Order: sequence, then structure tokens, then C-alpha cells
Amino acid sequence: MKEKPFGYRKSHSEPGPGDGGRTGSWRVKRPVIDLEKCIPAKRNKPACFTCWVFCPDNVISRTIPPVIDYQYCKGCEICAEECPADAITMVDETIFIKE
Amino acid sequence: MHIIESGNVAAAHGVKLARAQVIAAYPITPQTPLTEKLSEFVEAGEMKAQYIPVESEHSALSVCIAASSTGARAFTATSANGLLYMVEQLHWAAGARLPIVMCVVNRGIGAPWTVWNDHQDAMSQRDAGWIQIYCADHQQIIDTVIQAYYLAETVSIPVMVCYDGYILSHTYMPFELTDPEKIDAFLPPYKPAYALDPANPANLNTVTLPDIRPDIRGQMAPGYMEIRHDLHVDLRRAIDVTADIDKKFSVAFGRGGNPFLEPYRCDDAEFVAVCLGSLSYHLRDVVDALRKEGIAVGVAGVRLYRPFPDQAVINLLVGRKAAIVFEKALSYGNQGALYGDIKAALYPCADRPLVHNYILGLGGREIQTAHLLDSLRTSCRTPDAIGDKPVWLGLKM
Repeated sequence: MKEKPFGYRKSHSEPGPGDGGRTGSWRVKRPVIDLEKCIPAKRNKPACFTCWVFCPDNVISRTIPPVIDYQYCKGCEICAEECPADAITMVDETIFIKE
Repeated sequence: MHIIESGNVAAAHGVKLARAQVIAAYPITPQTPLTEKLSEFVEAGEMKAQYIPVESEHSALSVCIAASSTGARAFTATSANGLLYMVEQLHWAAGARLPIVMCVVNRGIGAPWTVWNDHQDAMSQRDAGWIQIYCADHQQIIDTVIQAYYLAETVSIPVMVCYDGYILSHTYMPFELTDPEKIDAFLPPYKPAYALDPANPANLNTVTLPDIRPDIRGQMAPGYMEIRHDLHVDLRRAIDVTADIDKKFSVAFGRGGNPFLEPYRCDDAEFVAVCLGSLSYHLRDVVDALRKEGIAVGVAGVRLYRPFPDQAVINLLVGRKAAIVFEKALSYGNQGALYGDIKAALYPCADRPLVHNYILGLGGREIQTAHLLDSLRTSCRTPDAIGDKPVWLGLKM
């Protein structure tokens, strides 16, 4: 068997989704968008997107309606704090485990 | 061509012959004349290299880490507290697997403040993941610097070339300056397996989770423990590579032949003194004197200290009556570090010798030939009376 080259494994990583692992598992509370209150959803116009602007992990889409990628959302609550329509509530993850 | 110059200048010539491309260093006694010489070489156009002045040793090694990451051959040098100031980056360079070469001009560390020679600076970093090689004279310094680049770049591990402050760094000795063309034929240019490339951005050594994880392509990427296990395994494999490079160097230049330990009058010796650095050449005089008294004694200077050449130590010492370890450093609160390493290497061997430990020369305390002669004679005449603890030589109060 040919010997492995020296230092062939690096801990280098390329920028892209999921490189730090599925960080959604870190979440204790899940942000849930109430589409009745969400401004772009309610008006069907590309407006507001404050949650998309503030999300530090870039897991909220700039779409109508905005969609949260729960594989990577760490549950930091910034979106819920910043939403001007109070459309986002933080729901305890244990509720979803029971489901 | 032979010239007569200081050990620091010998090191600078080694760096020049190795065609280092980036040099960053911060002055600290007794290393300073080495990097001053390099800045002269660069300023005079004799070396095609970037000399980057920095405000600290931490920055000096950071510059070398960045340069090495882009695929450049990098060099720095320091001593004592300067080495300690770059400790965070030392461990980083090893973990990042960057083939940087650094000269450590050995000096005691404060407090109390000292500028004189001992080995505590490099010894404190023996577990950093760097390769450590100790030199006993000027020729070994220049030859080791050149071979260090070959070794570092082959195994992707940084190398410390250690030599005694003042005793070697500031004394003048003749040494051979090999023709640059012959060095070019010996030392291949550095071709990194991975080099930083702005066209393909990557995160280098970012937070690596405890567990392995899928990367963005879905392939499993190593975790911290795999990366660190690789470093250890590759360090152990570097022992054979060190021997191969020494053999190639011997064939090309007629110097070398003792990559692990450099023995003197050891063939028929019942007792072998062991130490690091220039002290082994000092001990040769002591060995000659004791041989005249009819004591079968030899001395071996350890060249490669990390990775530790266990098998070479076993081959040299098993079957002797005693190995006497002279050290200019110690693991405070325990014993000499080299002493501990030698005992550990010999432990599995049935026919292992007694091992003695003498601590001497700390902070430049004069190492008198009479002290060496008395202690080595006592170890040989009454080997059972010394015991398993460090004996301090030359204490005056």
C-alpha cells in the first residue's frame, strides 16, 4: 500500500452553506413567521425584508414570503427582535420534537 | 570556500543559500546579528527576498505564516523571551503545517532577566509540534539551515534550528560556504501542495468542530483531532525523512552522517554522556581526559530532539552501564526534559543502563571543564550512588 503524502489533510474550507456543519442543531428556539402580519407576504410586494437584512447567518430568503432555512438557523432571535410588524415569534424547539 | 565568521553569520549564509523569499524578524540578543546580516544581503541585492520589518516576534512569525501560506519560503529567528512572545503563532504554524524555518539562538528566559545561554527557551516549546534540531558548531548551523528547508517542505512541518547563544552565535570559526549552484541542485524549489489563491477563496484553519463534518460538497472533512493526529504521525515519519536527507547531504557535500545523535568514542564505551548543542564538543575534551584515566566513556550530542529518535537512543545506550545526561534546561518541579525522554525511550528495554541527570549552565553560568570532569568521573566510578534526580552543577550559594 502506498503511504499517504505528508500533510495531505487540511482543515481548510471553502466558503459556502453548511461548511461549519448543520448549525440548526444549536437552536433552542425557532423563529416562525406569521404570514398574516409579515409585510411582503401581506402586501405581495418586495418590501421590508428587515429580517433578511439583519440575519447574521444569511438564512432568511429575500422572497415573498421570506423563508427561513432551519438547517442552519441558530435561533439567535435577531429577526424576531427587528421585525417591525412583530410577525416573527420564537417557539420552543421542544414543541417540534414532540410533533 | 572556507570563511571565518560568527555562528549568526553562518546561519545567515545558510538562509541565503536556501534562497528564502520572505524574512521577518524582530531584534533580540543574541539572535540580532543574524537578521542584521540578512537585511544586509537583501539591501545589497545579494538575496532576492522581501525583508519585512515588524514590531514584535508575534508579528514576525505571523508574517512568515502568511508568506508560507502563499507558497513562499519563509524565515525568522529569535531567542528566549522573543520565542515566548511568538508562542501562539508557533503552535499555529505547526497545526497549519507550514514549512517555516526558524533559528532559535538559545538563551535563558526571565525572570530574573538574563541574556546568556541556556536551552530553556527552545525546551519550553518542545511540545509545539515543530521539529527541533540542535547544532554543535558553525558548519552544522549552515548545513542544518539548508537541510531544514528540505525537511520542512518534505513533511509540511516547521523546523527550529537551535544553536547556543554566544558560545556559537558570537564566536568565530572557519566553515565552508558551499557553491550556490550545488545547493540549488541539492535543495529543490518549494512547491506547496496547497497555496493561498485569491481566485479560489478558502478559509484557512477556521474553527474546526470537535466532530468530523460534511464540507460544502458533502464530503467528510477532518475534525480537530484528525488534523492533530496527522501532525503527530507525520512528525514520527519525519524521523526517517531526516535520515534520508542527511544521507543525500553527505553524498553531495561529504558532511553529516549522524542525523539523530553524534557519538564520540562511544564504540566500546561503558558510559555515555548525552547532551544538546555545543556542550557535546566541550565534553569531548572531558571524555579524552577520562579515557586517559582508564574509564571507558564516550559522549553523544543529540541532533534531532523533536521528533524524538527513540530507536537511535536505544541503539546507542542499551547495554551500557550508565547514560549521563547533561542539561542546560529542566522541566521545573520534575527533572531534565531530555533526561525524562531518554528514560522513557529506554524503559521497555531489559538491558537498560542507569541514567543520571546533571543540570548546569543556566543563565550562562560558566560550565567549567573541571565540573564536567568531576561529575562525569563520579558517575562512571560510582554509578549506583547518583540516584534518580537532577544534580545541580556549579551552584555557588
